[in-house]
Amino acid sequence: MISTVVLATGLTLILIGIWGMLTHRNILRIVIGFSLAGTGTHIVMVALGYVAGGTAPIIDRSLGAAEASSRVVDPIPSALAVTAIVIGLAVTAIMLAFAIRLYEAKKTLSIDAFTESKW
Amino acid sequence: MIRRLAIVLVLALFGLVFASLTVHHVERHSLPPLGKRYVELVPQELGAANVITGILLTYRAFDTLGEIAVLFMVAAAVGLVLGRRERRDLPRDAPQPPRPASEIVRTGAQILVPLIAIFAAYIIANGHLSAGGGFQGGAVVASSAVLLLLAAPSRQLDQQLLSSTESTAGVLFVLVGVAGTIFASGFLDNRLLPLGQFGSLFSAGAMPVLSVLLGVKVGCELSVIIDRFRS
Repeated sequence: MISTVVLATGLTLILIGIWGMLTHRNILRIVIGFSLAGTGTHIVMVALGYVAGGTAPIIDRSLGAAEASSRVVDPIPSALAVTAIVIGLAVTAIMLAFAIRLYEAKKTLSIDAFTESKW
Repeated sequence: MIRRLAIVLVLALFGLVFASLTVHHVERHSLPPLGKRYVELVPQELGAANVITGILLTYRAFDTLGEIAVLFMVAAAVGLVLGRRERRDLPRDAPQPPRPASEIVRTGAQILVPLIAIFAAYIIANGHLSAGGGFQGGAVVASSAVLLLLAAPSRQLDQQLLSSTESTAGVLFVLVGVAGTIFASGFLDNRLLPLGQFGSLFSAGAMPVLSVLLGVKVGCELSVIIDRFRS
């Protein structure tokens, strides 16, 4: 149940991100839309790794190693989400750097001003 | 008009796919085989309490190495894209001194930066025991760098020092990995150091070492990226 709610939230975030990327003409808003869609994917990944009633895959006093495999969520999507967050940050940094350069070239952040590579 | 129609169509199709995904989603009641295997093997074989760190720093450590390479590339690329600007634009607008930070920000930074640094060290050192690890701790280090730069906008970060620290950490990370092929059973195998007592700070073989190297590297890299955006 809870993972379905989380999954729906993540997918909605992706939709909002795609909507933002398609409708807005300001480059910064497009970057924000992209980040929103990326965050949505992370939430979807974590939701898909959820096991009913599971807890975090960390062995400690309240979670013995013997019973761990029946009581924890899937660790692989969480590990992949860490990777994805780092890569998402990297992509966002590059996009913002390009946004700065584009602003310097045309003194505007509107994507309509950049028609050279439009076909 | 046609564009708006196309956007609505794209969104509707995506919404359809997502809705069917959500409707047909069935919550798992047991771990898939690979995840189950990891949960069993990480405490047993690697001696790490945090299964996710065990995966990130041993079983999939090669991925992590690739990720570090990506971060390094981003720092270099941001420098390349933003770096040439200064030489070309200097004559056009004279650099005006940045507005000094307010007293609240300055005092807050003085109190918070040491605390944030301690917290980052805690997160990095406990990566194999509880929630945390090199990437998360590195991000916290970078947040303290942001606070420092907000409190003293005219301060220059020592890019040279940051770059050389980061490169040293990267080289050491690879060297630990190579040592794994010689003294243990494979590249980045953490069992080249004794596993120690399960759940103590110095346990899980080379994992704390890798975690610290990763934290230093990520912290330096993110600070460099942030500093490049500022200039």
